[in-house]
Amino acid sequence: MTNSPSTAPLLDVRNLSVQFTTRGGTVTVLDDISFTLERGERISFVGESGCGKSMTALALMGLLPAMGRVSGGQVLFKGEDLTTASPARLRRLRGNEISMIFQEPMTSLNPVFTIGQQISEVLRLHRGVDNAEARDRSVELLQAVRIPDAAARVDDYPHQLSGGQRQRVMIAIALACEPEILIADEPTTALDVTVQAEIFALLRDLGAKLDTAIILITHDMGAVAQMSERMLVMYAGRRVEEGQVANVIKAPAHPYTRGLIACVPHITSDVGALVDTLPEIDGIVPPITRFGRDECLFAPRCAKAADECWSAKPQQSDIAGHSSHSVSCWHPFGTEGSR
Amino acid sequence: MKPAADSAPRRGAEIVDKAQHPLREMVVIFLANRAAMVASIVLSIVVLAAIFGPMLHPVDPFEMVWAPFTPPGQDGFVLGTDYLGRDMLAALLNGGRVSLTIGLVAALMSVFIGISFGALAGFYRGLVEEVLMRITEFFQVLPTLLFSMVIVALFGASLEVVTIAIGVVSWTAVARITRAEFLRIRELEYVTASRAAGASNVTLMTRVILPNALPPIIVQAALMVGSAILFEAGLAFLGLSDPNVVSWGQIIGSNRPYILDAGFTVTIPGLAIFVTVLSISLIGDGLNDALNPKLRAR
Amino acid sequence: MSDKLALDVQNLSVSFPMRGRGADGRRRALLAVDNVNFSIARGKTLGIVGESGSGKTTAAMALARLVPKLAGNITIDGIDFGTLDNEALRQARQRIQIIFQDPYSSLNPRLRAGEIVREPLVYAGETSRAEQDRIIDELFEAVGLRPEQKALFPHQFSGGQRQRIGIARALSTRPSLIICDEPVSALDVAVQAQILNLLKSLQGQFGLTYLFISHDLGVVQHMCDDIAVMYMGQFMEYADRKSFFAAPRHPYSQALLDAVPTIDIGAQPAGGKLVDGEIPDLTLPQTGCRFASRCPHARDVCNGGVPQLQDWPGSTGHRLACHLTGTFATS
Repeated sequence: MTNSPSTAPLLDVRNLSVQFTTRGGTVTVLDDISFTLERGERISFVGESGCGKSMTALALMGLLPAMGRVSGGQVLFKGEDLTTASPARLRRLRGNEISMIFQEPMTSLNPVFTIGQQISEVLRLHRGVDNAEARDRSVELLQAVRIPDAAARVDDYPHQLSGGQRQRVMIAIALACEPEILIADEPTTALDVTVQAEIFALLRDLGAKLDTAIILITHDMGAVAQMSERMLVMYAGRRVEEGQVANVIKAPAHPYTRGLIACVPHITSDVGALVDTLPEIDGIVPPITRFGRDECLFAPRCAKAADECWSAKPQQSDIAGHSSHSVSCWHPFGTEGSR
Repeated sequence: MKPAADSAPRRGAEIVDKAQHPLREMVVIFLANRAAMVASIVLSIVVLAAIFGPMLHPVDPFEMVWAPFTPPGQDGFVLGTDYLGRDMLAALLNGGRVSLTIGLVAALMSVFIGISFGALAGFYRGLVEEVLMRITEFFQVLPTLLFSMVIVALFGASLEVVTIAIGVVSWTAVARITRAEFLRIRELEYVTASRAAGASNVTLMTRVILPNALPPIIVQAALMVGSAILFEAGLAFLGLSDPNVVSWGQIIGSNRPYILDAGFTVTIPGLAIFVTVLSISLIGDGLNDALNPKLRAR
Repeated sequence: MSDKLALDVQNLSVSFPMRGRGADGRRRALLAVDNVNFSIARGKTLGIVGESGSGKTTAAMALARLVPKLAGNITIDGIDFGTLDNEALRQARQRIQIIFQDPYSSLNPRLRAGEIVREPLVYAGETSRAEQDRIIDELFEAVGLRPEQKALFPHQFSGGQRQRIGIARALSTRPSLIICDEPVSALDVAVQAQILNLLKSLQGQFGLTYLFISHDLGVVQHMCDDIAVMYMGQFMEYADRKSFFAAPRHPYSQALLDAVPTIDIGAQPAGGKLVDGEIPDLTLPQTGCRFASRCPHARDVCNGGVPQLQDWPGSTGHRLACHLTGTFATS
């Protein structure tokens, strides 16, 4: 998380908080999220549903739902604070310098336009190219995302493509203007595992070629390990752990991270070593009305919970010996693996 | 602050709430809609007046009691008298009974026919659906006023015939809505679960799918009461309703030639229809907000 | 046919009629399940693994008689389930129950949780109301829910809790077979672990037999005694758990395992890459191996006839459908 004094990070999110105004009152959906992103870096936000990982991405893009608003903090993109940017400025950035792809390729593409038209649309909007050039560029992009027979398929409609192919088209649209940041929100959750592997390979290759930073939002630790260099673990709207993927996965410091990694059955060729019962994390995620309280929100489920966990929100602390590995917990596990 | 040990959420179980029927939230949303609330109060007043009015004001609406065209408020007649010297208040109260009753019963008939057609068509699909939908479309394109006039002309103008005539031409919207809901719900997993558990087709249609299909049907039914009242008013205005009973439309119709001389004889029942149907529409709107689309997500 | 088999399926095929007519003038039909055989011993779990379009859910729905089958024998606990009709079928349904994937649409939103669990018992019609109450109480406790929660409605529960209700419902008639159709795919990972542990402990407690449908190989490895890998309506590999995961033999199985993202960052892929190829049109009769167009090892022989499941040389019970079995075994 340190940046050299001469170059500020590409994206610097400081103490970002987001609140929703509902019929029942105000709820804190994101609580004090901070992280940085360098050029070409790949990071992941990991967590279960409702933890706020998608909401963070929407907040970055200025796409919060009507009932939501940024209640604190800043989002500094190349030094500019996006939380105070005008809607027009945000529109110029979206699809152009910051792009996003979503989970459901079935509904992300407009069914009444061809895929060529949809790719061309973003090129015409942000790059001002004419129709002919946009079409040529669209074919090139389809080839870049490895759609076979691109010149013929550029006039296909979304329903003529498979789920994996539609997601590739989404990637083509997102990368058409060579953005600095690509946010991928669970891009492969709705796809088969073999297709998923191809999509990840594609994202890694294109990201490297275009020097695009990638923020991957997922619940799958395996996907994190395959796609990212750094990861941010989120729980109940808060950041609970952050660090290099290799470090966090080998020696998770936060009990939640530890539980999350342990509770998934990992494939092994030595079936004899398998246990009958998977390690569990007791209980369930707290209701959204409890978010933002001045206590550790994971405490009800934590085996290590003690008095201080109930009385104050945990502060962020660095893990000694591991560069840029930090955790928000009153009793984190040490880096040796147990405490 | 650390909660007591036995109130912390245990694996699988949570601190138990009280049961909240899915309807409860709908009632809350409905009550929060001010227009619907006001409309409900107004409609309640209308209904109460129709039920108890004639008992509290036991004047025969057909009896000539005073001079014709007495303006409202004069000589002790709150709403004046009509072209034959009959008490307008009595006419309004008794007429209210008739109009509301016809509206309600005709709407219920329509709903019953509509649900039957829609449910069978949406559930069985195939040939059954084709046949039923063609019949529905036939009734849909019928000019409803003319068709009900034909029925009345054939079978005579009595309360029962008029009610049936209205009910028989108005059911197609309900049928379409019911079919659409059945098509949607039958694909949901809980219907498959019930079928896998051994439910018969009849049980699936009536006890599994139909209760979940009701919200948009209820909205439509509510609106249909309003349109049935208007329909009856139209028939009565044309002189096609039962001549032996007073209804709002009939008051308007019989006083129509004198609209320029004694406008109140027409405006008052007109206002009654307007207020009643408007209230019903606002309630229908409120029901719509309350019942959809929240239930779509469930 | 051993009477220790809870389920025995022979030659099951399922076909869906499509619009239009094919080149031979006959109505087009998609052969979603093509002549599969499998059986499950009482108290065991068979996993059917496949991606979308593999036909695994269709096969399960067909054996549960929720989707019409084109051909095949289905025997549940010795009873010929496949030929029953009408009332007999309705009554027999209590022997085979399903746990569904989506906890949000698999429970009737207008029924209380207790009534949802009661429903199969009501349709079976063999128990008194008091007896049903007792069973419901027992099941609620078994799945980890509190008795007070019987009165609540589905929307008042979390996803994991709803799945518990679905499990209790599936258990209510003590079925001979429970089909688990991707029962944890729609749940968060922490809840997945809870539900998988619950399914396993219930199996031990009540002696249940599971047919476990999933696309997730990690979950399948954890839950299943035997594994069948399905691709485009056919079984490509069928083996016991130990043998399968020690060394998957079919190129498709290898590709599947290879594609699963692993947290083992230094791990090398097992070499099971897929070739970019057109997938076959299942409305047409198949003349060769369906996987040939995407198989990295495909040769001419692969297009000459549909491969049948055969034993891997030297093993008993580890079978694969591949024309190159002999070649692989000797290389």
